[in-house]
Amino acid sequence: MPIVSAKGLTKDYGSLRAVDTIDFEIVKGEFFGFLGPNGAGKTTVMGIIYCFMPPTSGDVKVFGMDVRIQPGHIKARIGVMPQDDNLDPDLTVLENLVVYARYFDIPRKTSLPRALELLDFVELREKAGVNIRNLSGGMKRRLLLARALINNPELLILDEPTTGFDPHSRHAVWDKLGHLKASDTTLILTTHYMEEAERLCDRVAIMDSGRIVTIDSPSDLTRTYGGNLEDVYLRLTGRPLAA
Amino acid sequence: MQLKKAFRVLQRHFTVYTKLYKSSIALNFVEPALYLSALGLGLGAFVKEIDGLPYIKFIAPGIIASSSMFAATYECTYGTYVRMVFQKTFDAILATPVNIDDLIAGELMWGATKSMFYGAIIMVVISLFGLVDSPAILLIVPLLFISGLIFAEISILSVAIVPGIDSFNYFYTLFMTPMFLFSGIFFPLSTLPPVIAKIAFFTPLYHLVNACRAFALGKPSGVEWDILWLLVAVTILSPYPFRLMRRRIIK
Repeated sequence: MPIVSAKGLTKDYGSLRAVDTIDFEIVKGEFFGFLGPNGAGKTTVMGIIYCFMPPTSGDVKVFGMDVRIQPGHIKARIGVMPQDDNLDPDLTVLENLVVYARYFDIPRKTSLPRALELLDFVELREKAGVNIRNLSGGMKRRLLLARALINNPELLILDEPTTGFDPHSRHAVWDKLGHLKASDTTLILTTHYMEEAERLCDRVAIMDSGRIVTIDSPSDLTRTYGGNLEDVYLRLTGRPLAA
Repeated sequence: MQLKKAFRVLQRHFTVYTKLYKSSIALNFVEPALYLSALGLGLGAFVKEIDGLPYIKFIAPGIIASSSMFAATYECTYGTYVRMVFQKTFDAILATPVNIDDLIAGELMWGATKSMFYGAIIMVVISLFGLVDSPAILLIVPLLFISGLIFAEISILSVAIVPGIDSFNYFYTLFMTPMFLFSGIFFPLSTLPPVIAKIAFFTPLYHLVNACRAFALGKPSGVEWDILWLLVAVTILSPYPFRLMRRRIIK
């Protein structure tokens, strides 16, 4: 059974069709990427998978459950690293994790050691008592990753995880994601960085104007179309990826 | 809606509140203290008595009601709006098993809890100053939760429809301030043209002020109608914050 499956998924915002009749399946343990420029519909697809908004039409199942019918059960098993910083600015680094764990009904005696372990993982342990306002952009992104892992998710959704990063921080996050993949977590990533998709993803869905142009492994795509993923994108959609 | 999930939201607000209350709590008490001293003592020197009561004793129970009301409305207009739009706290919470109805229920319950708490503190303060005659005033505490829910509901409705945070100025100037002034806190509405009293009847604050004053004086006869009004209002309003916020948040 696939972890995520979508059939005929369509999403309209008023008269704008953001996602247009797409199909895909993501299997357990896979690192799956949605690749495309801003406005291609990637974030909308993510929002539908983690039950933030319902599809206009089509079927979307996560862990075999319909996103419209059992959002609570689905969300309990998902971690989301959003594109925007939505950390709680009124709380410290550690409190952000412990308070977030409560939404999953994880008691403090479980969440506190887990939170400290995650702060080690994202190298923010020494910042545990610091207010969010005093973190750099890169530290906030790492904390968002730690927060997404607080409920030991089986599926981790990463919406543009390294946008705005310097190369050093980007490689640091890639390393962390590599560790997660090795631990059998299923990961979904959206990105407009080719290098990120090539380096991390088992398969990528190339998106353009709300449609999936093709789904394949980065290596097969570059073999079939030549060049690197950037060239593949240009060949398939007739336009460069740079947003 | 699951009560336990709504409680998680309330818990988050409480955690934040325990960190920040020192800076915000004073603001909520300065205002009632100003009204009591400026009007109760200052104006009271001229007014002498209303309905056989010294002026400060006439207005004191009403200040419980207004403090309680503003605690809920500030929390559930500016507070809720900032969490929803600027801090994106709602987006973060909605990615967890808490769904939108749980979240809105949590906001309402927090507004009502704060309303009850702030009203209760004023109750204690005016009692210590000897402005309350009867221990029946304690009965006001659970009622403050009900009226707090009403004020929270109205506030969340305004959050759901305002285009931006500045629009709350309209809410306060055109709705809250008139309700505050013409609720019977500062003078009996019987002195005004009857149409004003008729309008006041349709506002929750008027009934809460009646109840506060009746309990403070230990003369609760007739207050059951005010309580009934509040219970009916909280029930009738209850579906709308959920409905309108769903429409605002879920695209």
